[in-house]
Formats: sequence, structure tokens, C-alpha cells
Amino acid sequence: MSMARPLVLEGHALSCIRDDRVLFRELAFQVKNRQVLLLEGRNGSGKTSLLRILCGFREPDAGEVRWCGEPITDVQYRMDMAYIGHLEGIKKELTVLENLKVALALAQAGTCNIQEALARVQLAGFDDVPAQALSAGQKRRLSLARLLMTHNALWILDEPFTALDKQGIALIEQLMMEHCDQGGMIVLTSHHELNLPTVDVQRIRLS
Amino acid sequence: MSLTAAFFAIIRRDLILALRRRSEIANPLFFFVLVITLFPLGVGAKPHLLQTIAPGIIWVSALLAAMLSLDSLFRSDFDDGSLEQLLLSPHPVSVLILGKVFAHWLVTGLPLLLVAPLLAVFLGMPAGSLGILLLTLLLGTPVLSLIGAIGVALTVGLRRGGMILSLLVLPLYVPVLIFASNAVAMAASGLPVGPQLNILIAILLMALTLAPWPTAAALKMSVS
Repeated sequence: MSMARPLVLEGHALSCIRDDRVLFRELAFQVKNRQVLLLEGRNGSGKTSLLRILCGFREPDAGEVRWCGEPITDVQYRMDMAYIGHLEGIKKELTVLENLKVALALAQAGTCNIQEALARVQLAGFDDVPAQALSAGQKRRLSLARLLMTHNALWILDEPFTALDKQGIALIEQLMMEHCDQGGMIVLTSHHELNLPTVDVQRIRLS
Repeated sequence: MSLTAAFFAIIRRDLILALRRRSEIANPLFFFVLVITLFPLGVGAKPHLLQTIAPGIIWVSALLAAMLSLDSLFRSDFDDGSLEQLLLSPHPVSVLILGKVFAHWLVTGLPLLLVAPLLAVFLGMPAGSLGILLLTLLLGTPVLSLIGAIGVALTVGLRRGGMILSLLVLPLYVPVLIFASNAVAMAASGLPVGPQLNILIAILLMALTLAPWPTAAALKMSVS
């Protein structure tokens, strides 16, 4: 599996200015296989802005982001990454299965099929339930199922633990550790204390 | 992961969504029928006058109906984050957008074509120009969706984009309106309409090949 190839996400001297306020400046980091980068900081400190820069939605005001030495505008980057933000990208009128089928058509298939992915996020049997009938936590898990069934080495997650209960959080942490064990990497923001004993977690505190 | 599969998956998804939110199909169509049925009441019992202005009435109504339907093109995708996922797909965004616009046309443009013959009869248009009316609608309404997509993509991130949208898009609709209604009027008087149709075909081909790119670029700007 190509996830095992050496991958590196680098930020070089990144700056972000919003409404004349400097959110961060000269920020540099490097994330490699089997690593997690956790962005910490208060509300409005620029965590989400940084994630959106990493996704390519927003240009940094200075500096650049590179994926394996290439700029992130490269198609290869979009093949290797997956993003889940505040907005989960779930169509509420579609069923769980229809939602995942569309997601699969838009990305590269991974090792897990849709049913396995649903089972792993404990949504097995929910195939034909419209997404609007799911609870907030179940929706969150549905969006995470998308990560499992598509092929992507880099996960970018914005507050993945919101709306999840204790078991849900433990489940996602388990999936994150498995992803890192297989050679993947994760960049995330979280207010929740991460419990990933087997993974090398780097922290950046934005203030 | 093939582009064709992604293209059809998008069309299929949008058609299912339209089926589950039926008002989206019904609203523009209802508007189209309503406006056209109001004209004879306003103009009064003057069959000749109605007959003369029928092509213009039908086309102006089609244009306004298309405008009315535009907002639904990207709104819900923008609100629930599906648009972000679409833009992050490794596939070329312009092709995926073409799929979305095509589905949108099937849902909002094609129904206009289906009721147009009935309304043409209602306005007393000569039977000979009916075929040309349908042809101009077939060639013209996809252009309305394609050009409209650029406008919506630019304004979807704004809270009150409706006014700007019409200012942006309506001037670009004018050529379609002129050539299409002119073709129908000429056909009604039994004159040849080849040049008008050729121009409409050219406009359609141009919109089909050129519109998806600015739409994709504008959507990227709107999510940033």
C-alpha cells in the first residue's frame, strides 16, 4: 500500500493575517508518517484558518505549504489527503449509504469497503437511514467513515470530537492510532485531551 | 476512481436530492406557467397582439424562471460542506461542476420545455413556430444554467447575493434572449431562422466549454 511510502507535510514560515490581526507568523512545522500534529489554542487563535490553509482553501499571507516537496496545488496532494471540517459534507436528504457512495465516487477507494467502514464506526445497519435522522454524534461518525473507506494518507480534522460521547471519542482515537500505525499522518485541532499512547504527537500552540 | 463515474455520481446525487425536495423543481416551473397565463389577462382579448408578443413573453418568463432557480444550484452544498469536499476531490472540479449544472438543467430547464407547447397554444402561436420554440428552448436554457452557475458561484458566499446575482447574470442572458425570441418570431412569420439557430448553437458550445472554469475558480474563492 502506498501509505507506507515516506510522506512529509511541511509548513514554511506561514503567516496568516485576518482583519488586520496577525493570527500567526513565521510558523514552521514538519509532519511525517506515523505522526500527529495537534493544533492548540483559544477560540479565534487561527487553528481553523491554519487547517484551511493546509487544505488549500485559503492562501497563506506569507510562506508556503509543501507536500513531499511539491506545492499543495498538486493533484497528488488532493489524492493523498482528506479533510473533515465543522461542516461535515453530509447531505441530510440522502441515506447513509448514498452519502458514502458519492464520497467514494469523488475519491480514491481505500482498503475498506463501505460496509466495513460503517461497521468500524459502529453504524452498521444504518445504510438506509436518511442522514437527517441521525444524531449529531452519529453524523460525525458517518463523516469519519468517509476517511476509512477512501484512500488517504493525511487526515486533516477540525475538532473531530465535537458531539461525540466517551465511547465515540475512544473509538475515533482508536481509529486514529490504527491510521498512524499503517503509516498515515493526522493534523487536527481539538479542545479534548488526546489519548494516543502509541503515536508521536507534536503540538503547536497558537496564541 | 474514474472521472466518468464521479461525473455520473454527481448527476445521480443531485437528481435524487431534487426528487426529495420537490419544491425545487416545482417553483420555477410554477412561476413560468403563472407569468405566461397572467399575460393574456393583462393584455386583454387581443389575439393578434398576443400572438406577436408570444415569443418574447415565453422567453422572458423562461429567463426569469431560470434566474429564480439559480440559487439552489450551490446553496445547499455550500451550507453543508459538500462543496468543500467537491473541491478537494482529485478530479478536475470543472468537470464535476458540469455534472452539477447538467443535473440542475434537467430539473429546472427541461420541465420548461415540456410545458412550453401547451403555453404556446394558449398564447395562440401558429403551429409552425412550435418546433422552433422548442428548439430555441433546448439550445438556450442550458446556456442560462451554465452562465448562471458562474454568477451563483461568485455570490454563494455572500449573505444577500440575490440582487448582485441578477445584476451579474441578466446582461449575459441578453444575447440568448434576443436570438431565441427573434428566431421564434421569424418562424411564426414563415421566414428562415438558420442564422439565429446557428448563433444559439455557437453560444451553447461556448458556454459548455468555457463556463465551468470560471465557475470552479469562483467556487474556490467563495469557500476561502
